[in-house]
Amino acid sequence: MTSLPATTERSLGLVIDLDTCVGCHACVTACKEWNTSAYGAPLSDDDPYGAAPSGTFLNRVHTFEYTGEDGTPKVVHFPKSCLHCADAPCVTVCPTGASLKRVEDGIVLVNEDDCIGCGLCAWACPYGAREMDQAAGIMKKCTLCVDRIDNRNLPEQDRIPACVRTCPTGARHFGDLADPESSVSQLVEKRNGFDLMPEQGTAPVNKYLPPRRNEEISILAPLLDPVTDGAGGFLGWLDRALNRL
Amino acid sequence: MNHFDPSPKLSDQIRKTTCYMCACRCGIDVHLKDGKVRHIEGNRDHPVNRGVLCAKGAAGLMQHLSPARLRNPLRRTGPRGSGEFAEISWDEALDLATAWLGPIRETAPEKLAFFTGRDQSQSFTGWWAQQYGTPNYAAHGGFCSVNMAAAGIYTLGGSFWEFGTPDWDLTKLLMIFGVAEDHDSNPIKIGLGRLKGRGAKVIAVNPVRTGYGAIADEWLGITPGTDGLFILSLVHVLMTAGKIDIDYLVRYTNAAWLVDQDPRSGDFGLFLRDGNGTELVWDRNRHRAVPWTEPGVKPSLHGGVNIGASHYRPVFELMADAWLDPAHAPEAVVGRCGIPADTIRRIAAELAHVAFEQEITLDRPWTDFRGERHETMTGRPVSFHAMRGISAHSNGFQTCRALHILQLILGSVETPGGFRFKPPYPKPVEAHPKPHFRVTPGYPLDGPHLGYPRGPEDLALTADGTPVRIDGAFTWEAPLSAHGLMHMVLPNAAAQSPYPIDTLFLYMANMAWNSSMSAKAAMDALTATDADGAYLIPHVIVADAYSSETVAFADLVLPDTTWLERHDCISLLDRPIGEADLAADAIRWPVVEPGRNVRGFQSVLLDIGTRLGLPGMADADGNPVYADYADYITHHERRPGIGPLGGWRGSDGTAEGRGEPNPDQLASYIANGGFWTREIPEDARYFKPWNEAYQTWAVETGLFDKPQPYAFQIYSEPLAKFGQAARGHGPHQPPDHLRPRLIEAMTPLPSWYAPFSEPTDASDPFPLYAITQRPAAMYHSWGSQNAWLRQIHGENPLYIPGTLWDAHGFSEGDWATLTSPHGTITVPAARMDAVNPRTLWTWNAIGKRPGAWALDPDAPEATRGFLLNHLISELLPPRGDGHRWLNSDPVTGQAAWYDLRVRLERVPARTRATPTTPPQTSPVPPAPALLRFGMET
Repeated sequence: MTSLPATTERSLGLVIDLDTCVGCHACVTACKEWNTSAYGAPLSDDDPYGAAPSGTFLNRVHTFEYTGEDGTPKVVHFPKSCLHCADAPCVTVCPTGASLKRVEDGIVLVNEDDCIGCGLCAWACPYGAREMDQAAGIMKKCTLCVDRIDNRNLPEQDRIPACVRTCPTGARHFGDLADPESSVSQLVEKRNGFDLMPEQGTAPVNKYLPPRRNEEISILAPLLDPVTDGAGGFLGWLDRALNRL
Repeated sequence: MNHFDPSPKLSDQIRKTTCYMCACRCGIDVHLKDGKVRHIEGNRDHPVNRGVLCAKGAAGLMQHLSPARLRNPLRRTGPRGSGEFAEISWDEALDLATAWLGPIRETAPEKLAFFTGRDQSQSFTGWWAQQYGTPNYAAHGGFCSVNMAAAGIYTLGGSFWEFGTPDWDLTKLLMIFGVAEDHDSNPIKIGLGRLKGRGAKVIAVNPVRTGYGAIADEWLGITPGTDGLFILSLVHVLMTAGKIDIDYLVRYTNAAWLVDQDPRSGDFGLFLRDGNGTELVWDRNRHRAVPWTEPGVKPSLHGGVNIGASHYRPVFELMADAWLDPAHAPEAVVGRCGIPADTIRRIAAELAHVAFEQEITLDRPWTDFRGERHETMTGRPVSFHAMRGISAHSNGFQTCRALHILQLILGSVETPGGFRFKPPYPKPVEAHPKPHFRVTPGYPLDGPHLGYPRGPEDLALTADGTPVRIDGAFTWEAPLSAHGLMHMVLPNAAAQSPYPIDTLFLYMANMAWNSSMSAKAAMDALTATDADGAYLIPHVIVADAYSSETVAFADLVLPDTTWLERHDCISLLDRPIGEADLAADAIRWPVVEPGRNVRGFQSVLLDIGTRLGLPGMADADGNPVYADYADYITHHERRPGIGPLGGWRGSDGTAEGRGEPNPDQLASYIANGGFWTREIPEDARYFKPWNEAYQTWAVETGLFDKPQPYAFQIYSEPLAKFGQAARGHGPHQPPDHLRPRLIEAMTPLPSWYAPFSEPTDASDPFPLYAITQRPAAMYHSWGSQNAWLRQIHGENPLYIPGTLWDAHGFSEGDWATLTSPHGTITVPAARMDAVNPRTLWTWNAIGKRPGAWALDPDAPEATRGFLLNHLISELLPPRGDGHRWLNSDPVTGQAAWYDLRVRLERVPARTRATPTTPPQTSPVPPAPALLRFGMET
């Protein structure tokens, strides 16, 4: 019921490196901390010190186990927030026009003044990336820290999403994925970045970088031959080694 | 979008101070609006974190606003542990503390036991305890990871922990042992990201694959307690293949030093020295013994020599004897470690390949302490890091030593690409104090409590051989207990062994819960009474900012501020921050006022010190020497010109490291973002122990007073001395029952022995291992009061390896019962495959006592969360030999909580984990039912 722009001038988004994310959750709390005071209604926490604490988060980290091709069990930490899809079903389903995708940068936002809290967009999102704030009755989602990235009151280097700024391992990258020359596009190119659930047809802007296989050293390193079999055994080798010094 | 403002001004002021959620001590930018904290982010200029923050730091706002914050001094009104208190004034509180502490100082100062937990002011609290005169002071290191610290100091003159760092810029292969989230967490995460960015390889050795292990290129799910076997097998393969850095060993370690090997000699096991006390090596050109420090020396590495009446062999020959032995071959250890033999051989080959085929040479001339100039700096780009996973075992000290030996034979300590120390490290054992424990009622102790014994003569024993200290540190049961034994304080105090105490004074130590071996035993000790119903520990004072489990057991509570509300110094006299290329220190300062009737603990301690008339705190008229802790930080001098902070010293504030106190010093720190750094000159950045330029720089900076080059200690003479004593030599003799264990554990070259919890016969009623891991988002109990962090880790299932899960017929929703020799717990269970097949695990310190931390008594932390501590004891099970052996490392006394052995049983789901602990009454008002932070603006 709400229309998407045919194209956007830029496609701002995140590139998240699953080969580097240690699942520390720094992005989760940094996001919450910034956004609870920022754009729109606070991110509330119901029963925060009680038996069933339940709060609104715009970014969460999930942990999965899988068995790799080499047969060893692996653990992957998977941060997930809105992917700012080009073909965002959460926008088109919105009955009031509150859900929107910005023409200038492709950020998917909720205009909270127009949000009636019907929840249709959360149902439409195949990624579960939107969360209804129960206290405000308003749908919340990742804004890519829309109030940081152009914020003239912040130093230029801080005009990035809070999750990117805090990430200790540098697993999160922010930039314009519509620009093939941007560092994020280059990273996606170099590291075979992929779309989450492409079969959903949402054309997500955010990309994930897959875990790598790093076998170079294993391939280069020959197994070691003992020196104890040579003349004079180990001590013979030692004398020769000392004489070479 | 009528109201959208792309440039909101979130704060009207930024104040830069230091985080306090762990020992990282990151720099933080605290954004204030209308005088209140709105937002905390990392300080981009700070050397520790360079702008980033972890989940804890980024949720610091919720920590600062915690409903568990104490509000007033409290005096106990109900039974201990009940949590029933009356609020009192500070005058009453301080009068009470003084009334307890004053009389015992005049008669028996050892009746005060002062133990701190995650105290970041140990150089101050230790000094206070010293001035008071009690020998009973330590922080929580003995419970935490002293094996790592002590093994590092005795071997390298510094340890992993946060005392050093892999050379993140240059290393090509990093191996981490037993590191989940741990010291020093953000620098490690930053470093791992950098290694990933340039394709360096990371190998994680840990029974459990979590955080760092998850992104490691290779994960080795080792069996707990067998890391030493694995490491010595790598040493075996490398030595057998001659893949060792002989030049490095000769120049920079004691591999060539001559050791007395005549069993009849009174000096068996000790080094040969000249008249100046310098150790000697056999020069293979000159055919005589010469000081190892001599320029141009050509030491021999093998061949015995007779000098005087004794026979000497170089250390290297003893290394070859020990580690070429087929007992260390991969095939011989595979059954125990759970790592295939061919994997051990492959890892050794990879280490050798990177170390010797991919060596790094920096075009950077330097001069060594012998005066020899080197045109380049050559390094072996393999690096290692390890923490409590290998240290919290009864064989942890020697395992940590073994890892340092692996580093040394590869020539990768203090060389490019390897492991590098951060100032004030490295410094040799000789530059560290020995333990001090001589008590004179009414006077200060004879020196700092904690130190590094050089031999049996330094033990803290009375004339009749009983322990001087309440925790039994520096005794034959724990000779090198450099951090004390916090886990023995409560059991010994309750048993009144070796003597009764009067006052237990705790700061930031959650000893009644997760910072003890057994939570129940700790609570029992705190409430134990004599026949008349009087508590066996008559007075308990607890200083903390929050309503912890331990607060409920206090007779007097001294409420501390949060870390944003007080002064602190992160001092070079204490544990280092900074980097391998620079020295750094930092401060905290009150960026906001508390708004509660609380006071910074360090200022309170000075106040108590003044009231007690302690030297250095009260002047001759009884007036305070320091107005408060800020005044102490500014004006205290530990040595002339050396104070807690190194920056902006001297009357005009231009001196660095050394200089008279500067009254405006703190203002300069604040103006500089809360920290100070001093860069090491380029030619001084590697080879620090032997680098003339570094030694000169370190003296200028005040890290020490004269150059002190030294050799890394592959062979440890202090350990040899204890071994000799255990064999019956010398005037200081252990009790007979401890001799065999001392001989086994205190080998001068690292060795491996089975953890003490291993079964001693074929019956194995507890065939599995159970361990904890620290979650990155909440790595100690503080996190549970944090509204955001507890939504990430509100409960902690017991993770069960898939094979065991299937074998026991578990299905989702089942619970598990774990039984150890000491107890039983029944808890929620979950399946996991990326774990050693005999190891169960859970997250650390999630479980809470109902009513603690301002949580609802029905909070999941209290109903489903649990601690493994209920399965652990500070003592091993009785062995029928008439002795109760400590569940600790026999060298350092490190609590061996990772030695836990259990058996597993599947049970139907329950509603509450057991055992349960009755609720404590909360001394703080109920927490809010809804948070909408940011709403009020």
